[in-house]
Amino acid sequence: MSWPALIVLVVGAYGCKMFGHAVLARLAVEGRSTQGILRWFPDLAALIPAALFAALIAVGSLGTDRALQVDARAAGMVVGAVAAWRKAPFIVVVVLAMAVAALIRWQTWV
Amino acid sequence: MAVHRREGLFLAIAVGVVAVTFGVLAEAAGLSLPQVIVMSTLVFTGASQFAAVSVIDSGGSSGAAVGSAMLLAARNALYGPVVARLFRGAVGTRALAVHMTIDETTAMASVQDDDATAADAFWWTGIWLWSLWNIGSIAGALLGALIGEPEAWGLDVAFPAAFLSLLVPHLREAPGRVAAVLGAALAIVMVPLSPAGVPLLVAAIAVGPALWWRVRGPAS
Repeated sequence: MSWPALIVLVVGAYGCKMFGHAVLARLAVEGRSTQGILRWFPDLAALIPAALFAALIAVGSLGTDRALQVDARAAGMVVGAVAAWRKAPFIVVVVLAMAVAALIRWQTWV
Repeated sequence: MAVHRREGLFLAIAVGVVAVTFGVLAEAAGLSLPQVIVMSTLVFTGASQFAAVSVIDSGGSSGAAVGSAMLLAARNALYGPVVARLFRGAVGTRALAVHMTIDETTAMASVQDDDATAADAFWWTGIWLWSLWNIGSIAGALLGALIGEPEAWGLDVAFPAAFLSLLVPHLREAPGRVAAVLGAALAIVMVPLSPAGVPLLVAAIAVGPALWWRVRGPAS
């Protein structure tokens, strides 16, 4: 990867984060004292984590490069999800999911 | 150690493991160690870093790598409205908070009961994460040959699995459940139809119907 491209990425990645803080967050604040369409903005912002984290989990479990695939990852994630639902400690959820995925791969490779 | 600080550390350890994978892949894609370090310290958004090195690794140009990484970085903009109100200090402090506005810090901040704890959780998660993300990246780049295939250790599920526990508190109320189910469904539908990163942006549309549910739904 070329250095100029890397520097563009450094600036661009920070710019995305900055846009959220400087522009989108300001809209949410203004929304609290208006009757217009912006008044929904704070409530919409509060729901962003639920939508995005569920999407991260779904894509991380099933997504590959432009395709969906059910494999060892999905099995690990199902076990992890049950553990998380049962309120298992964070580390237990992650280690269980990794262990199940690793075990299934080991079984299918040998 | 306060509970939220300890949980931030655990999250950072899990993500630090993911960073080792990043280091291995970056080294295999031909990035130099200084480039790996600049990426992990200054780009500091894992999914984008993975996207960039996988484009380079498959023979793509630097420009294509940046484009693909930016699509994944774009979602960090959506976290600004979630966390920005926590930071009202000096410009330098806010500039650092901006840099740390990523999936993990937003997640830890968004599950706390009050703003003071949320800010503290954000900072501590950010500091743990930034440190371990860099240590993991460097370790992966240097020890790549010893680690072999990261998938064999299940390292590729560490990141999505880390978000299982962080999603659960958002499912307590109906609008959160609607946003989560719809967000996941939209993302899955978009995976075959769009480049990486776009499915997560489309998933954000789910907050609309979820809010409608809160305002007009059976609960009210």
